[in-house]
Amino acid sequence: MAETLPSPVVNADSAPYWQGAREGRLLIRRCDACGKTHFMPRHLCPACWSADLRWVEATGRGTVHSFTVIRRAPLAAFAPRVPYVVALIDLEEGPRMMANILGEDALDTAIGDAVAVCFEDRGEGAAVPQFRRAGGRG
Amino acid sequence: MSGTSLRNRVAIVGVGESDIGKVPGMTGLGLNAQAAKRALDDAGLKPPDIDGLLTAYSFTEPYFMLGSVLCEYLGLQPRFNASLVVGGATPAVMLKHAAEAIVAGQAEVVLVTAGENRATGQSRDQAVAALTAVGHPYFEQPYGSSIPGFYAMIARRHMLEYGTTREQMAEVAATTRRHALLHPNAHMKAPLTREQVLSAKPIADPLGMLDCCLISDAGGAFIVTSAERAADLRAKPAYLLGIGEFHTHEHIMCAPSLTEFGATRSGAAAYRMAGLGPADIDVAELYDCFSVVPIIEAEELGLCPRGEGGRYWLDGRAAIGGGAVPVNTHGGMLSHAHAGAAGGLFGIVEAVRQLRGGLGARQVEGAEVALVHNEGGILSSHCTMLLGKDKA
Ligand SMILES: [Zn+2]
Repeated sequence: MAETLPSPVVNADSAPYWQGAREGRLLIRRCDACGKTHFMPRHLCPACWSADLRWVEATGRGTVHSFTVIRRAPLAAFAPRVPYVVALIDLEEGPRMMANILGEDALDTAIGDAVAVCFEDRGEGAAVPQFRRAGGRG
Repeated sequence: MSGTSLRNRVAIVGVGESDIGKVPGMTGLGLNAQAAKRALDDAGLKPPDIDGLLTAYSFTEPYFMLGSVLCEYLGLQPRFNASLVVGGATPAVMLKHAAEAIVAGQAEVVLVTAGENRATGQSRDQAVAALTAVGHPYFEQPYGSSIPGFYAMIARRHMLEYGTTREQMAEVAATTRRHALLHPNAHMKAPLTREQVLSAKPIADPLGMLDCCLISDAGGAFIVTSAERAADLRAKPAYLLGIGEFHTHEHIMCAPSLTEFGATRSGAAAYRMAGLGPADIDVAELYDCFSVVPIIEAEELGLCPRGEGGRYWLDGRAAIGGGAVPVNTHGGMLSHAHAGAAGGLFGIVEAVRQLRGGLGARQVEGAEVALVHNEGGILSSHCTMLLGKDKA
């Protein structure tokens, strides 16, 4: 029996982010003082240090900045998934995040691919944002 | 502008390596102690001469306050002590802190060590923890990411932007293996060809097993003191001519770029302090946790133009006697040893030895100025130093 994939670890910085994922929404932080968005969620804006931040829903569209195909899993839970794609995704709103590329054509991933967010169940209603190839180049 | 310069103020006066490879009869602390004793003997000093100690961290042994733990183990009661954690950049940063302490009068003779029994001293679970610990626990680890995977993404981006090839990366491993075969204490003893690297087991595309650094039992140490005191000691001093650090991120998802890193800035600071430039470098010991890394560092530190790092290696310019600045003359972390922070420390040890001379076939002829670069995280934290046979 394979180990289950890890569930999100929720803390005070990230609770709304993971609640959003449960609801199928990708939430990122935007600063009301300077207007910049960032990933990962923080107590203050890394561009200007304002704590005047709000959660906004990202479109979920992005492009692949770079990626790798993992052929040796670092944790036993991921071994059944090998080979799988880990990618850095540039969101349409600007911030960059990490995720897997899922789907039958995931191993065809190339830098510059357009991708769209999806959500992967991680047990008891928890979910992590993931991406699928959306066709075309971003 | 800047404060007191560290240029010409301190020197490395002793270096030591523990036994390296699979050393099942020794603990991590024991490896540090063995290297420290060898460095102290090399300097012609005695334990009571040491009044400062800096060390790094350990994944294999459960100690908090590792600096104090090591002092206790060695029977030292110094007036200056800390354990530092800047990943692979730690040894070079420790030299900087040691130099600052000496120049400020806070210590006179500082022992710097790092080492772990990574090959025999950790369970499968600990090995896995060490492999994943650098990834962000909440936003990277849930995706089954790994350290080779992070560097693979950097390699792929370099291939796209500059045309860097797998053959060029493989040549890094092959060249440094040839160097390691000239080193009596290197972990790897057998030749390695580019073809073997290219056909090795894939780990994280485009990187294979032999693009990844070793897992060794190993400890390294060096002794730092003032330039004045160095003049009275047994070994030929290696003077610190310039040193600088720069830090841009920790996790790859927050890296400002996957092709431009902080080594350019740390290197510029070191060159500026020394009043030297890349043309003055005779030998370079670069961090090489993965084969693509010394390609990028050769570019960032000015050994070749941006985008030509791969050709620098494939054309043989990084080899001893290759007509340019030889790189990783001891074999680096790909072939000499890698055990936590000790990996980068061995680059410092090798630079000192090259400046002293007399290394036989491994010797870079006429080596007067050496560059050492350490990086930690995912090309996150950088520290560059220039060491000289003479003061700058
Ligand atoms: Zn802001």
